[in-house]
Amino acid sequence: MYKIVEKKVLNPTVVQLQIEAPLVANKAKPGQFIILRVDESGERIPLTVAGTNKEKGTVKIIFQIVGGTTEKLSHKEEGEYIQDFVGPLGVATHLDGLKKVCIVGGGVGCAIAMPIAEKLHEIGAEVTSIIGFRNKDLLILEDEFRACSNTLRIMTDDGSYGEHGNVTVPLKEMLEAGEQFDMIITIGPLIMMKFVVATAKPFGTPVTVSMNPIMIDGTGMCGGCRLTLNVDGKKVTKFACVDGPDFNGYEVDFDEAMSRGRMYFDFERHAHDAACNLFKKEVK
Amino acid sequence: MAKANMSLTRNPMPTQDPQVRAHNFSEVALGYTKETAIDEAMRCLNCKNMPCVSGCPVKIHIPEFIEKIKEGEFEAAYQIISQSSSLPAVCGRVCPQETQCESKCIRGVKGESVGIGRLERFVADWHNTFCTEEPVRPEPKGHKVAIVGSGPSGLTCAGDLAKKGYEVTVFEALHTAGGVLVYGIPEFRLPKAIVAKEVETLEKLGVKVETNVVIGKTLTVDELFDMGYEAVFIGSGAGLPNFMNIPGESLKGVYSANEFLTRSNLMKAYLEQPETPIMKGGNVAVVGGGNVAMDAARTALRLGADKVYIVYRRSMEELPARREEVEHAEEEGIEFRLLCNPVEILGYNNPDDPRDPKNGFVTGMRCVKMELGEPDAKGRRRPVEIPNSEFEIAVDTVIMSIGTSPNPLIKSTTEGLEVNSRGGIIVNEDGLTSRNAVYAGGDAVTGAATVISAMGAGKTAAKAIDEYLSK
Repeated sequence: MYKIVEKKVLNPTVVQLQIEAPLVANKAKPGQFIILRVDESGERIPLTVAGTNKEKGTVKIIFQIVGGTTEKLSHKEEGEYIQDFVGPLGVATHLDGLKKVCIVGGGVGCAIAMPIAEKLHEIGAEVTSIIGFRNKDLLILEDEFRACSNTLRIMTDDGSYGEHGNVTVPLKEMLEAGEQFDMIITIGPLIMMKFVVATAKPFGTPVTVSMNPIMIDGTGMCGGCRLTLNVDGKKVTKFACVDGPDFNGYEVDFDEAMSRGRMYFDFERHAHDAACNLFKKEVK
Repeated sequence: MAKANMSLTRNPMPTQDPQVRAHNFSEVALGYTKETAIDEAMRCLNCKNMPCVSGCPVKIHIPEFIEKIKEGEFEAAYQIISQSSSLPAVCGRVCPQETQCESKCIRGVKGESVGIGRLERFVADWHNTFCTEEPVRPEPKGHKVAIVGSGPSGLTCAGDLAKKGYEVTVFEALHTAGGVLVYGIPEFRLPKAIVAKEVETLEKLGVKVETNVVIGKTLTVDELFDMGYEAVFIGSGAGLPNFMNIPGESLKGVYSANEFLTRSNLMKAYLEQPETPIMKGGNVAVVGGGNVAMDAARTALRLGADKVYIVYRRSMEELPARREEVEHAEEEGIEFRLLCNPVEILGYNNPDDPRDPKNGFVTGMRCVKMELGEPDAKGRRRPVEIPNSEFEIAVDTVIMSIGTSPNPLIKSTTEGLEVNSRGGIIVNEDGLTSRNAVYAGGDAVTGAATVISAMGAGKTAAKAIDEYLSK
């Protein structure tokens, strides 16, 4: 069992937990993920590590309430325990040698992008962060990003905060103005990452994307997280859990990944409704 | 002593009715009664040269335990088996006895061999039901050994070392101990309560089981030595599923057998209102002909499939699954599409509506008919495509069960650990790897094989580790 030592509600649908897991805290690097189960009958879900505290032996996770499991997890309080917590899994984001990087985060993906931005800042790289949200209410981690970014652009879809528009607008602007990034690292909804790649393509800037497909074991055993890369005109199958979660954005077949991500859409919707009913909460 | 039972046929194993069991996850084989067990034991001639023992990878003293059954001394029979095997209730169920101990049985020369596996299962179940005696913890030796993976090889190695007084910790990546016994083999063939019981027995012997630790990620093999472990056994299994690399394998509804079985077995997706989803119903094609393919097909049937096909590129004769499993599958209504091979998986695509929720789901599989050509290096006749023989079958789910490869996680994080071209860890006859004090066994070494051969490897390594640490 793993203790929840701190809980913060970041916005109506996003929750941050600090979980006591010393072995994971000791090892986890930006870009890696964990798998957890809320209780004994729970499913296994992957969540990317949003930070660690080695001294306290805690791991920070930030998640959006989307299905039955995240709904249940959001009802756990400080001092309570979750059943299983394993990691760190996957390969850490490669940051060595990067001097000037653009971080593009969308929604709860910003939680994963943040430790990467922090690490880059720590190793002395120039960090430009573009973070996007649907509206002001869903904004998270503004202060944290401000602290580690040389330039920060905040975008909202409805213009209720920061600038109006999506994240590709300032990215395109900067690239057109001649900004030379060693790397663009983008984390967020698949459709957003797909368009970040399309925006960067004419300029040839390398793009790293962080994939978050459906997984079970996280160690390469089930193959459920497989995705297709187009490498020099050849299709190659990779497992996000052991080969990723980071991939070269130009190689990823996003359309297939989006389709696979919807495999259990109906099931998840029902599971979420059922969990909401359990907690007597109105289903939005 | 009563006279030997000279019946040419063995006592049949009682089973659930095929029509009934095709819709539930309860165990198929129901086990011998006391009377049947004694009657079957009477068929054993107690041969002096014990050919059966030579066929057993862990060298169970077979005639000895059968003698005890004849006398009605079932607990004594169990004690004899447990000298050689840490998992009798498991082996009695999933061992391919027909190609091992039973294939060497003298009674099999004329008639059927003694039902050794069935007797082993009876004895183990008897012990688990009636024995209340706690296992005795041996004197501690003061040496620590780490076991990576809690599958059959790891549990066997752990059990043997614990019995000798070693302080043993088993590290398991998943949240439940048992490895392939819990994620791979279905409930109807090996109830999970039995695996849990075997693990519990080991814990009573002093074995510690640490779940949620991925060696190679959470901790490395080198860190285990830093933590004071003096030897490490790697039994991490053959976790990596193979795919065919044909078009359509990424469509929704295509699973590896590992994923399909893990969802059902480990994550309990077969229960009512599960939290882990699984695709069920419709028509299902399982590609492959091994035991895992049979397990996947029979699981799909129990989950409510209309029709389940086994699609295999050779003929019934070459089918690698155990005969008993094939017979059970046939009785339950699994259809065998032999001498046929998939070339493409077909999916739904609405050209007018890219947002159609049915888009990207499997609708069928295109196959080609095969014939058997010249024998290959292993002596199996190689299947050859028949030109212009393509046909389609309508399916909603495709389960790829064409084998697995050893998991590379540990290799990639352990310097100096040598592997062969297929990714299997290289070991000597004692199970020692290219690294000092690091041993390995089971599927991590051989690639996908049987539970009992993994147990044999765990046993060999335990012996070698004991010798190494006793120096």
